[in-house]
Amino acid sequence: MDVLQLQRKLREHQAAMIREGFLDDQFSQLQKLQDESSPDFVIEVVKMFFDDSENLLNNMTRALGQVPVDFKQVDAHVHQYKGSSASVGAARVKNVCATFRNFCEAQNLEGCVRCLQQLQHEYSLLKNNLQYLFRLQEEIQAAGGSIPTIE
Amino acid sequence: MENNGCLPCTTLREGFPAGLRVLVVDDDPTWLKILEKMLKKCSYQVTTCCLATEALKKLRERKDAFDIVISDVNMPDMNGFKLLEHVGLEMDLPVIMMSVDGETSRVMKGVQHGACDYLLKPVRMKELRNIWQHVLRKRIHEGREFESLEGFDFEGIHHFMRNGQDQCCDDVSLFSLEDCISSTRKRKDADNKHGEREFGDSSSTKKARVVWSVDLHQKFVQAVNQIGLDKVGPKKILDLMNVPWLSRENVASHLQKYRLYLSRLQRQRDQKCSSSGTKHSDSNPKDPGSSTLKNSMNKQQNVFSTDNLRCPNNGLLQLHEADFRGTVSELNNIVPGPNMTNVSHIGLDQTFSSLNSEGNSEVFDCTLPTQYTWNQVPQRKLQDDPKSQSIASMDSSPSAASSIASSAVENIIPAQSKSLMGNDLGLKTQEFDASLSLIPDLEFYQQNLLWGGEGGFSPLDEDLHFFLLQSECYDDMNFGMHNIEMPEYYYDPGLIADVPNHLFYDSADYSLVDQSLFIA
Repeated sequence: MDVLQLQRKLREHQAAMIREGFLDDQFSQLQKLQDESSPDFVIEVVKMFFDDSENLLNNMTRALGQVPVDFKQVDAHVHQYKGSSASVGAARVKNVCATFRNFCEAQNLEGCVRCLQQLQHEYSLLKNNLQYLFRLQEEIQAAGGSIPTIE
Repeated sequence: MENNGCLPCTTLREGFPAGLRVLVVDDDPTWLKILEKMLKKCSYQVTTCCLATEALKKLRERKDAFDIVISDVNMPDMNGFKLLEHVGLEMDLPVIMMSVDGETSRVMKGVQHGACDYLLKPVRMKELRNIWQHVLRKRIHEGREFESLEGFDFEGIHHFMRNGQDQCCDDVSLFSLEDCISSTRKRKDADNKHGEREFGDSSSTKKARVVWSVDLHQKFVQAVNQIGLDKVGPKKILDLMNVPWLSRENVASHLQKYRLYLSRLQRQRDQKCSSSGTKHSDSNPKDPGSSTLKNSMNKQQNVFSTDNLRCPNNGLLQLHEADFRGTVSELNNIVPGPNMTNVSHIGLDQTFSSLNSEGNSEVFDCTLPTQYTWNQVPQRKLQDDPKSQSIASMDSSPSAASSIASSAVENIIPAQSKSLMGNDLGLKTQEFDASLSLIPDLEFYQQNLLWGGEGGFSPLDEDLHFFLLQSECYDDMNFGMHNIEMPEYYYDPGLIADVPNHLFYDSADYSLVDQSLFIA
């Protein structure tokens, strides 16, 4: 597969992710920040987000498993995750966080558990899609091409 | 850096606002990295900190090492508002608060604690580019306060502000420029030397400044006492003092300092004699006077209405940003940490019960000119963005600054009208392009990638096996997340076409994932 095709795929995949709400404008902002002085900026930031995610999701799981549940603690984790997801433009994740926070405030355990599952799901999807995106980028660069920017 | 009360050399050297020294405090390392990058792109000099205590230490070590502080609201070791207070009191630097949470009560809290701005995450480059205005505004304020110190060249400031604007501001805050110009004109003895810019240079350009002599100050205090500190306002004081060459602004700034002084006194008294504090001292600082605040803010309002005519395009939104900043800085200077009651007309009744429970806060009646400023913001959004329909009616909650206005839509909407968001953002969980009913295998795989990362469905083709290795879970965590290996070959991204529902809801437990949860 040649560079042009790869680039097209990349563009389309990213556009799809944005269209479907996996990513929002913040992601494009991150791409704009990337330059010669930090050529892997986006990947680095996303990696940090992944680490953060796993950490926070873990914390949430633990917190929801306690008896009795400390909803304030859960909320704190969710809030943090909301901020984290906003940093990379993970729109769907962020939105689930918002719902999650409402359930925390209402001290609705069932709702919280559902949200956690949904978060895990969304995160999983996002991670896969992003990894695919980066893989495409790698391939393009390896083939000597440049990464197309998304407007 | 020497700071003899004038605008320090570093702030206003050639090329300002480049080189602005910013301290960023955020416990989220991802954000810290992003903000650092963004600020560097603005040519600012950035120092990052992930702990508030660390930040304070840095600030205390060298009081003039930074020009401005940007801090997140939620931090593990210290509440962002606490940090804000400390910085305001000890270092008197402008502080900008940040949060992913744009809830009005939080914003108000920021304002009360003295924040000069409140940015909503994700923060835009544009917002960061403009932070130099806070620094300049504060310096100008300070310049007016410390009358005994050297005057500074308004002409020069004017020039620099223009430069700064050309350099990095798309949306110029005309407020600061107008403010500068108008105060230049008002200074009767201002000696405007063209082309000369001296900052921090005490020897030459000595502008005639308002010197608050003992007599003058006594007149001032008399006037204040006569009117009553709770009813006092710069205009009233000015009238009573009957000093022809004194301007309202001179009085206003002096009044702010006076109030600050009184509140500090009050704090000291409270600490010293907890039981036997005089009633008199109780009442004074606690009621800096709603009318004053209102006056000064209304005055600014009036200024803006004329500005509005001049700049219709940038007009509303920018004005409000400036207006808010202006009011915020006024509030900031008056009394750090007052509670504002009586803002019911912006519909924050329930939120204020929580605010009222704040300890160590001083209460005064304050009616912010919210009806004017904030109401207009949503209207503007209406023009720009159909999404904002849902918040148009929410006069009470929208942003207090344009930075919030733009992002508030995103924050408010999920909580309040998910269905709207669902539609607008095109969350195609159930709508699919009917045209692509027959999906070649490759596209099917692509759809899987986007939607169905989990296992459970039967592969149509062996290729799927390569493409989606379902078995891996995260070792540590055990909640069924799968690592999907990237395939060696690539697919035509036909994308979300007819994704069968079972793909999306593939995990056994996902009967729970229904639209209502997702969107509501």
